[in-house]
Amino acid sequence: MRNLFNYISRKSPIHDLTGATKLVCLLLWSFASMMTYDTRILIVMPFLAFGLFALSKIKLRDVSFMLGFTLVFMVLNNILVFLFSPEHGVELYGTSHVIAQLWGNHVLTLEQLWYHLNLVLKYLSSIPIVLLFVCTTQPSEFAASLNRIGVPYAISYAVALALRYIPDIQKEYNDISKAQQARGVEMSKKVSLLKRLKAASTILIPLIMLSMDQIETVSNAMQLRGFGKNKKRTWYMARPFTRWDVLSMIFCAGLLGLAIWSNLSRGTRFWSPWM
Amino acid sequence: MIRFKDFTFKYNAQVEPTLRDINLEIEKGQKVLIIGPSGCGKSTLIHCINGLIPFSFEGEKQGSLTVDGEETWDMSIFKLSRKVGTVLQDQDAQFIGLTVAEDLAFALENDVVGEPELHQKVDQIAEVVNIRSHLLHSPQELSGGQKQRVSLGGVMINDCDILLFDEPLANLDPDTGKKAIELIDEIHRKTGDTIIISEHRLEDVLWRKVDRIILMEEGRIVADTTPDRLLATELIRKAGVREPLYITALKYAGVQLRPEMKLASLDTLDLTEEDKQRVRDWYSKRSDSGAPSRTEPVLQVRDLNFTYRSDRSQAEDHQALKDINLDLMKGEMMAIVGTNGAGKSTFSKVICGFENCDSGSLLLNGQDLKELSIKERADHIGYIMQDPNQMISKVMIFDEVAMGLRNKGLQEEEVTEKVNEALKTCGLWPFRNWPVSALSYGQKKRVTIASILAMEPEIMILDEPTAGQDYRHYTDIMEFLKSLNERGMTVVLITHDMHLMLEYAERSVVFSDGRIIACDTAANILTDRDIISRASLKETSLYGLAELCGITEARGFVEHFIDYERRYERHA
Repeated sequence: MRNLFNYISRKSPIHDLTGATKLVCLLLWSFASMMTYDTRILIVMPFLAFGLFALSKIKLRDVSFMLGFTLVFMVLNNILVFLFSPEHGVELYGTSHVIAQLWGNHVLTLEQLWYHLNLVLKYLSSIPIVLLFVCTTQPSEFAASLNRIGVPYAISYAVALALRYIPDIQKEYNDISKAQQARGVEMSKKVSLLKRLKAASTILIPLIMLSMDQIETVSNAMQLRGFGKNKKRTWYMARPFTRWDVLSMIFCAGLLGLAIWSNLSRGTRFWSPWM
Repeated sequence: MIRFKDFTFKYNAQVEPTLRDINLEIEKGQKVLIIGPSGCGKSTLIHCINGLIPFSFEGEKQGSLTVDGEETWDMSIFKLSRKVGTVLQDQDAQFIGLTVAEDLAFALENDVVGEPELHQKVDQIAEVVNIRSHLLHSPQELSGGQKQRVSLGGVMINDCDILLFDEPLANLDPDTGKKAIELIDEIHRKTGDTIIISEHRLEDVLWRKVDRIILMEEGRIVADTTPDRLLATELIRKAGVREPLYITALKYAGVQLRPEMKLASLDTLDLTEEDKQRVRDWYSKRSDSGAPSRTEPVLQVRDLNFTYRSDRSQAEDHQALKDINLDLMKGEMMAIVGTNGAGKSTFSKVICGFENCDSGSLLLNGQDLKELSIKERADHIGYIMQDPNQMISKVMIFDEVAMGLRNKGLQEEEVTEKVNEALKTCGLWPFRNWPVSALSYGQKKRVTIASILAMEPEIMILDEPTAGQDYRHYTDIMEFLKSLNERGMTVVLITHDMHLMLEYAERSVVFSDGRIIACDTAANILTDRDIISRASLKETSLYGLAELCGITEARGFVEHFIDYERRYERHA
């Protein structure tokens, strides 16, 4: 079983950045790559992203599952776009260079391929950064970061708590599921979806009942130790900003600035050699 | 200082008050034990002191309750939490942080304590509770004892003068429980804090000296005195709490108990020569109990190995079971004991098919179990989880018990017949048309047993059947299981409870670090110091009493005690 946050502890400059920096950089970086279709910018970002990935000492093998998952998603996304609007590129770029005849009166154009290239670049520039964030940020530091960028601490802490209890709940789910299977509840693919959904309810009901009990106990435990007493709280895992934190944020902000400038100065988000 | 004066409390959701006419003063620096059966009001009393009542659980009170001269009803829970620290019964819930360090820091974080004081204080307190080397570990990586030390540290960091322990021994194995009591005692001596412990495992708490015991029954205080005085009375037994075994043995032997005998601990127990002779005479009247000899194995385990495979690249695989060999005999009642993580639960999961073994064989009546699925194994082996709420998924009792049979595709007529039979056996027949939610914890436990019983397995495995139960409920559940066993059911009990193993198991299997290190009668195991220390068990106090009275055959003494209890007392 995998956790959403698969923090991998290694010694690297990326790990040394504070969680808040990484969160801010992630947001700036993703906005930049989402905002523009300027291929001249997009072609650089994947190289930077994979460069940072190498710098973090996280191995591709460590994130193979997540990487595979997102790559499959990328391919699917491209196929769907192509099937449903094979001439989207022509609409966007305003020119048409036909390469081949497709079904019906649809044609394959250079513009369409160019558009897909841009889509792929966007994925490749953001996937490594997201994985990097997930693998190099300690969950509780993440909560502290959320609080630092202005999210109320009760909400930030809820995130940390969810992460704290996910492994417990997974274990509980597993135990309950096995015990119910022993009583003949069929969970395998042999039975219809409806039956499987019904079966899932026999696991979820005890799981929910137990979780409700636990929530009450946890909230009592938290109150008894003063949670919610003050408007602010400090975080054990919070760390002070260093020069590198500031530089990283300035760099990512610059990237976003560049993307915005490219869009505004040309009056369009798109760029192609034929424009 | 804590002072209850003519204090009565009623929860809003209840008709009757849970606490009645409480008059109680606890001086600073005292160490007080509150005992009583489930539902006697001891948890409510604790919640009144730490402020969860009235802040989380609402209700009406009469009379007054002051902490350091201030009415708690007029204080906020936060203000009170600076004076009173609480270690909750459920260690997993108490552990809020993602790591040990964060959990220790939690109260200070909420007090907006900044760097570097925060880190410094965490280091300090980690030293006090001896968890320094695990600061960055997650709760899932800790043992029960370590979690308890973290809970304690997280509370102590606030410099409270009053520390409350709500059933600190629940879910701890005997040796860990013993160490927890030692730690509490050490902190009491070092800090001079007021300590209040609520617990029903009396003998285990008395491992270290307490100043006072408050015995509660039905919301009232029925005794408030020193352990020595209280143990000389019949009040504890009458309230449905288990006395220390050596006290019970002295009573069986007809020794007149007096407070001057320093009854609170075996180490201080002062018996006259006459008393000792009484005990020896009682022992000499023993008869051979003649345990049933069983020769027909129902389950044979051979060279079984099992490893938890880690899915994370940085964690290591963990071999949880190593070369297990065991014969479970038809019709026997067997206990499986050992520390948390020793492999007890894993063993039963492998038997039931919840996990697949790496190597070795599992034979049920000669048939290889490996070929059977979870579901098919369940026709022969029933598994009952610790908390009935983990198993119950239907609203009505009848449907819950019928679930397994219906899933098997049996005709409704046959289902009804078998369910009714199981309900009758479990004493649930009068409730057959009730919703499960209307039942007590013990009754729910019976529902889960009935739902397995209805499937007519040959073997039943129960995980901690009596955890968190007071003596009365414990006896209820265990006598019921014994009656099932007498009808021919083979019963396997996974437990931490030394009493259970002594009183009910014909044989006990001891797990330690994934291996079976002993398989013998409980009386033999609990008088073997080597096994006791390797498996973190606890020597029975009967052993010590036997030594004290000059009885060399401690094992025989323990056997005689159990035999006597079964024959004359249990049914009396």
